[in-house]
Amino acid sequence: MSPSNWTWFHRLASPPYFYRLAGRLAPWFGWAAALGLAAGLYGGLWLAPADYQQGDGFRIIYIHVPSAYLSMMCYMLVAGASAIGLVWRMKLAHAVAVAAAPLGASFTFLALITGSLWGKPMWGTYWVWDARLTSELILLFLYLGFIALHQAYEDPRSGERAGAVLALVGVVNVPIIHYSVVWWSSLHQGSTVFVGSKSDISASMLIPLLTMIAAFTCYFAACLLKRIQAEILEREQNAGWVREMLEQT
Amino acid sequence: MRALAALVRRDLRLCFRRPGEVATPVLFFVMVAVLFPLGLSPQPELLAVVAPGVLWVAALLAGLIGQESLFKSDYEDGSLEQLLLGPAALELVVLTRIFTHWLTTGLPLVILSPFLGLMLDYPVQAFGTLVLSLMLGTLILSLLGAVGAALTVGLRQSGMLLPILVLPLAVPVLIFGAQGAAQAARGEDAAAALYLLGALLVLGVTLVPFAVAGALRISLES
Repeated sequence: MSPSNWTWFHRLASPPYFYRLAGRLAPWFGWAAALGLAAGLYGGLWLAPADYQQGDGFRIIYIHVPSAYLSMMCYMLVAGASAIGLVWRMKLAHAVAVAAAPLGASFTFLALITGSLWGKPMWGTYWVWDARLTSELILLFLYLGFIALHQAYEDPRSGERAGAVLALVGVVNVPIIHYSVVWWSSLHQGSTVFVGSKSDISASMLIPLLTMIAAFTCYFAACLLKRIQAEILEREQNAGWVREMLEQT
Repeated sequence: MRALAALVRRDLRLCFRRPGEVATPVLFFVMVAVLFPLGLSPQPELLAVVAPGVLWVAALLAGLIGQESLFKSDYEDGSLEQLLLGPAALELVVLTRIFTHWLTTGLPLVILSPFLGLMLDYPVQAFGTLVLSLMLGTLILSLLGAVGAALTVGLRQSGMLLPILVLPLAVPVLIFGAQGAAQAARGEDAAAALYLLGALLVLGVTLVPFAVAGALRISLES
């Protein structure tokens, strides 16, 4: 493998380059998210028929499913960026992890709130110790632990590396936690009511759902890029290129 | 090996010179377990149902109380840096330290658990499973707690931060351990839960020393 194959990777690690790249990409993701959200919400709230069992209550999945998906995807992103940061000592990777964690925590919180709002009319209670709800709650704790640890360090460089170790320990644990919780809840109570499995869902409901997932992902990407830009500016506030850029604008 | 044996002797001797540090988690364990009958109800039937969970939650919290001291005094007087510079691999030093620390904080909880079990109407014939599950469980908790202790050793508010970091990771241990203890109390076979705890322990012994050593290096750099 010639060394030139990796130049794109090394260039990504350079803060000024990534700052400009993020600034160019963020609006595209933002507009894609806005269009996708508009289309997905129209499809989900007007075009899709009401569920024959759940009535209009099922429509909350258009928020709930994308949030839950992003909450897990984002933890993988935090852990992956942490691993890159620890192995290659790439400071920008730590900035990605630090910028992504609060977003992931917010989506986890959103998934929990929408799940419990959906649970009230469907299960008759706001909270059920269901395996998915419980592991999502523990995921929220993992995010909050990461954020708390990172902020507890006075030296941000050590804080982000300590957080990275915690994220890696957490990601090894996530499957164990998930399956232990599944095992635990299956012993405690019978099978809980679930929304019909993916294959049962009709196309008129599925297409808006996929649109919403794509739109949420774009929204996540746009927010993440903006947050990374802010992280970079904060870290590089004394660097020459930041001053040059500010003088030009 | 000789360095590691010397380390064990030193840690145990330090511990016996300060018996208060050993006594604190044990006292905490007893008090939490006593609070549950006071808060719930003294009915023997109810206590027998909740006893495995109460004992396990109490052991979990008491074990975490003890974890904060794992590296603290060595960090403050600088011996931790000497261990880092020493000839023995930091991973092995860490594993030795965790085990010695467990002997003085985890093992007393395990030994005491049958007595608390008697007070909570836990059936006597299941004591063997209870002790075994707690023995495996407190070892895993010591390993997990060591990660938290190493990450927070240089911080001022480590006392509050440590449980927040470690408790979510300890969920599987609590589930398997309490499940095993409950199954044994009902007269069922608890082998599955014990095997799973054993598997977690093996995984922890394999991976945790690397995480702790990495975390200590970060903590000492700052």
